[in-house]
Amino acid sequence: MLPELGHFALILALAVALVQATLPLVGAARGDIRLMALGRTAALTQAFLIVLSFAALMQAYVTSDFSVATVVANSHSAKPLLYKISGVWGNHEGSMMLWVLILALFGAAVALFGETLPDGLRARVLAFQAWIGVGFLAFILFTSNPFLRLSPAPLDGNGMNPLLQDPGLAFHPPLLYLGYVGFSVTYAFALAALLEGRVDAAWARWVRPWTLAAWCFLTLGIALGSWWSYYILGWGGFWFWDPVENASLMPWLAGTALLHSAIVVEKRDALKSWTVLLAILAFSLSLLGTFLVRSGVLTSVHAFAQDPARGMFILGFLLAVTGGALALYAWRAPSLQGGGLFQPISREGGLILNNLLLCTLCATVLLGTLYPLFLDLVSGAKVSVGPPFFNATFVPISFALFAALCVGPYLGWKRAELWPALVKLRTAFAVSVIAMILAAVLIDRRATLAAVAFGFGVWLILGSLYELADRVKLGRVSWSETKRRLRATPRASFGMTISHAALGVVVLGAVGTAAWNAELIRTFRIGDRADFAGWQVTLAKVVPVRGPNYEAERAEIVVTLDGKPYTVLTPERRLFLVQRREVAETSIHSNLLRDLYATLGEGDVQKGWTVRLYYNPLAPWIWLGAALCALGGFVSLSDRRLRVGAPKRSRVIVQAAE
Amino acid sequence: MKSNRLLYLLPLLTLAILAGFFGWSLLSGRDPASIGSPLVGRPAPRLEAPALFPGKPALTDALLRTGKPVLVNFFASWCTPCLAEHPLLERLASRDGVTIIGIAWKNKPEEARAWLERLGNPFAAVGYDLDGKMALDWGLSGVPETFLIDAKGIVRLHFRAPILEKDVNERLLPLLKAGS
Repeated sequence: MLPELGHFALILALAVALVQATLPLVGAARGDIRLMALGRTAALTQAFLIVLSFAALMQAYVTSDFSVATVVANSHSAKPLLYKISGVWGNHEGSMMLWVLILALFGAAVALFGETLPDGLRARVLAFQAWIGVGFLAFILFTSNPFLRLSPAPLDGNGMNPLLQDPGLAFHPPLLYLGYVGFSVTYAFALAALLEGRVDAAWARWVRPWTLAAWCFLTLGIALGSWWSYYILGWGGFWFWDPVENASLMPWLAGTALLHSAIVVEKRDALKSWTVLLAILAFSLSLLGTFLVRSGVLTSVHAFAQDPARGMFILGFLLAVTGGALALYAWRAPSLQGGGLFQPISREGGLILNNLLLCTLCATVLLGTLYPLFLDLVSGAKVSVGPPFFNATFVPISFALFAALCVGPYLGWKRAELWPALVKLRTAFAVSVIAMILAAVLIDRRATLAAVAFGFGVWLILGSLYELADRVKLGRVSWSETKRRLRATPRASFGMTISHAALGVVVLGAVGTAAWNAELIRTFRIGDRADFAGWQVTLAKVVPVRGPNYEAERAEIVVTLDGKPYTVLTPERRLFLVQRREVAETSIHSNLLRDLYATLGEGDVQKGWTVRLYYNPLAPWIWLGAALCALGGFVSLSDRRLRVGAPKRSRVIVQAAE
Repeated sequence: MKSNRLLYLLPLLTLAILAGFFGWSLLSGRDPASIGSPLVGRPAPRLEAPALFPGKPALTDALLRTGKPVLVNFFASWCTPCLAEHPLLERLASRDGVTIIGIAWKNKPEEARAWLERLGNPFAAVGYDLDGKMALDWGLSGVPETFLIDAKGIVRLHFRAPILEKDVNERLLPLLKAGS
């Protein structure tokens, strides 16, 4: 009964979404308050129906209702509860359900928290959001019904891909989708603004929290995905420039550019049409990512739900959503009048440079990702674009971005002098250069690029902290005055400092892991010893263990330092019984400065086991930094001027122009 | 002002081009996982491998220039698809009289020998390529892979998977008949 109820609720949600997509637009055009108000009611109703439908699907998974086809295909009664729940979105149909759920929740959030928005703008934003909902709901109902029944019902299910049975991956899709779908709000705001022909400081202020929230979630989602591939795939790497990874990086880069350009719109009333374009692109790139992952036009190590037939639908949808928006843009954007004038050397100029570099990075990733596809179609040649391309292009452009990043916050609006900013940063610069030289000399003389990147990491952290210290005049005025200034500093500025410095932390982590790691692959018999990166490792024993839905061999690798016991690593090789698939479970000893990482390969008592050991200096900083980066976003999100009931717009502009 | 307007159309045009490529890709039915066979139509790469069975002559390019078409099959005793393919090779050699040259790839010679002794040896000559160096020239991505080399020493077909009944009847035998 419940699956039918869920299916029915989904059909109703589509009907409601159609209403939400049309009538409020008519109302906004005619100035009819009642029709406009319908948008709010419809958004809340739609969210309620989709929550109901999603709950019905989740109930089928949790209770292992094997009369539902997707549950049979993706679940098993012996699976732990967490993975029964995460199994809901660990497949094509369910992940689409998660997508519409988050979309509807964002719509409801706009309806609930958008009280300060003008009626017309809110009606239009909700209508455009509903169009996206209509597309996805139709996609689910017509091509990927998650509630399809099976008769007779099988006794048990086929289980879930063991690689996905992991706590990291249980939360990765929801976070990623919160990011992707969050940009749909920004997209809807951009279309509404184009339709109204009005992009101003107030608009930028309304859009900012949504962009920021989406960006934070996307940051966390990408970091979690990278962490998962680090410890589950057992290769010791954290980023592989794989199409699926690139697909999530592109909207992040566009979203980061949008965050910065929206500041210029808010404070200086300039860069309007560019900001609107970025808002459209951030969401379009999210859809493009979905298309690339789902359609099977590119190969990827992460692809898990490919189907060319669905690819055609998503392509059509992508074309309608992006094409429609860009056509509207081509038509209306030329009439957006730019406001504030400024010199090239100024805060605005710095933010434009930031945007240019971020967009170049985004274009580089796009080109690298799609080039094999283009070349294959045009000439039939097969190439793969991998790390060498991105190291040669992405890395140097990011260096330029990093170099400019710390200087930008020192520049004043309208016009500024470059030299005083550089003078203020001289200590940070000197320390970074010293760090770079030390890294080159002491750690690895051959890894020049790594040393330069290390220097930039230090520069990002120090430069960002210096800016905050300068702002509160640390050490130059009395401590109580510094405290007063600290309290007066807006949270958005703290957010900026945290996120910028966090980027430095990520860079340091990436350099350590990618360039200064050590690796040992060899066959160990029981009792074999080896020296590795200063430790002595011994394979003490290999014992069989039983999990809820797998059997495993667990190795105990004793690590000693100068003869004293240091730690015991226990990597496993799990055989998942339902799928007959083996998965290596890595064992990582982390002390926040470095990871000691072990995986267990095939083997037996006579031949010994293949063991891979990695020593990854600074590896935890990658994810620590990414989490800090998102934290900076959340701190900025809590800023007074973004909260409901904050002082009105006029005062904010006065504050901002200080 | 006019050129300015065109500038605003640029994103839309970019999208149209991208979408064109995506549509083309979806409709062309191409398999992005396939890495193609650039050797087809070109002279066969160098063949140079020690003989698997002691006392037999080493394998050289001369084996590919006998004036008769030959099959070159890369296999390994640890490879299950090779096991599945094996009966078909036996039949090709005995019934259709095809000359097949076998190369044991990344396989210890004694293990490959035991494998052939147990299952039967369809190969006119067998060599081994323990470190896979020779196979690099052949663009091998794994085992089994099979090449059809015509009487002039030109690669005609390249199978990057176990050969199936269908491949033999529809692609291999017609070419062999036309060639001989």
